[in-house]
Amino acid sequence: MSDLKFTDRIDLRLRINDIDTHLEAIDARTSLLDLLREHVGLTGAKKGCNHGECGACTVLLDGRRVNGCLVLAAAVDGREVVTVEGLSDGEQLHPVQRAFIDCDAFQCGFCTPGQVISAVACIAEGHTTDEHEIREWMSGNICRCSSYPQIVEAVQAAAASENERIPS
Amino acid sequence: MIPLTYARATTLDEALDAAHDPGTAVLAGGTELLNWLRLGITDADRVVDISRVPGLDRIEPLPGGGLRIGTLVRLNDVAAHPSVARDWPVLRMAIHKSASAQLRNLATIGANLLQKTRCAYFRSEEPVPCNRRVPGSGCAAREGHDDRHALFGWTDDCIATQPSDPAVALAALDAHVVTRTATGGRRIAVTEFHVLPADGVDRDTVLEPGELVEAIELDAPAPCSAYVKVRERESYEYAIVSAAVALRLRDDGVIDSARIALGSVAMRPWRLAEAERRVVGLAPDDDAVTSAIEAALAQARPVAGSAYKLAIARGAARRALMTAAGVRP
Repeated sequence: MSDLKFTDRIDLRLRINDIDTHLEAIDARTSLLDLLREHVGLTGAKKGCNHGECGACTVLLDGRRVNGCLVLAAAVDGREVVTVEGLSDGEQLHPVQRAFIDCDAFQCGFCTPGQVISAVACIAEGHTTDEHEIREWMSGNICRCSSYPQIVEAVQAAAASENERIPS
Repeated sequence: MIPLTYARATTLDEALDAAHDPGTAVLAGGTELLNWLRLGITDADRVVDISRVPGLDRIEPLPGGGLRIGTLVRLNDVAAHPSVARDWPVLRMAIHKSASAQLRNLATIGANLLQKTRCAYFRSEEPVPCNRRVPGSGCAAREGHDDRHALFGWTDDCIATQPSDPAVALAALDAHVVTRTATGGRRIAVTEFHVLPADGVDRDTVLEPGELVEAIELDAPAPCSAYVKVRERESYEYAIVSAAVALRLRDDGVIDSARIALGSVAMRPWRLAEAERRVVGLAPDDDAVTSAIEAALAQARPVAGSAYKLAIARGAARRALMTAAGVRP
């Protein structure tokens, strides 16, 4: 038997949306998604399928998009998390949020937070060369409202505005 | 999910020690394990987290032009590596057709090979007969929906298929899995890594208890290689059939050697050995290539619902071969 100490309750320190967050005695089964929603009170990331199939729970972990439902909270102690709540600067919306509004790229709102986070990452990764590439790299976010054309448009618009801001 | 206890290994030895206990599940990326725990596919009640064990997340060149990819390297990072992009395009293509961007940021190359079948009966949230879930309970797919099931190597105990995309590419590259145990380790050909139903449905791979995947090793570069995945929707979907091809071409453009593997047709990536022999000396766009693939597929034994996959397999293999050769399919 291993010398490792296995525990069913875990203390965690995470930096969430630029705030150092200390959580005590978290059940070892808790997913990052449940941690955010149930323990931190950030309900932007949604619990859709809870199996990694829909993308509604997408958050940035150390700057990279992941499915929050498939991440064990205990495993990401010390890491940095950004949720949809962390994108805006006060009342100033993130350019991707602005583009989603301008392009009417959302409907019921359940998939939108994950779509927005994924779009932020998709642009940062540089996967916005054309509509096909955007569709491919946004395919991990499923929206039953079928607002895909507007979402592609929003990603294109936000990517263009981000590029405009890069000094030549 | 049943109650769990958790510990984080800080060394490979700690991980190996803990993994030897049958009630302990090993956590790397988590994309499979959390669902196994939720569905009761594993009854482990302890999780040992190996995701921060140092040294397992590196990609390093090997003497002779090969590449060693640490087991913990995330799929997107494997695909983005300049050597992989240049020398093993089939692996990059297979990874980019796997899952979604989010999942590829979590999933690791080593554990990807350990994912279990996507057979809906195996993954069922309600109890249904499945010899992999409950030994001796039968196979619901045998009398049920079997259109996503095997063409090769199945038995009445199980007609499922292995769903990994990277595994198919690695099989066509003659890649090896390097393992570690408390007392040593071994090097296993990817083509020999998965266990067919005839050899038992009580396990998916030849890994023994307490044996962990340490790295994947690629042999000599295979720049003429390609992956074709056929599925019901364009993206973010498992394959109906996929095909990976790695070629060597002579100066006059004819095929010097070919390695052809099919995915989602058996519980392991399936090499078409007869086609590999028969295409040598042919031009990639020769009609005889299709005949060679057909001859190899004549050995298939579809289940009732999977016969349609033969035509898809033939087309996918042909298209992958022509893409690998740089010929427009």
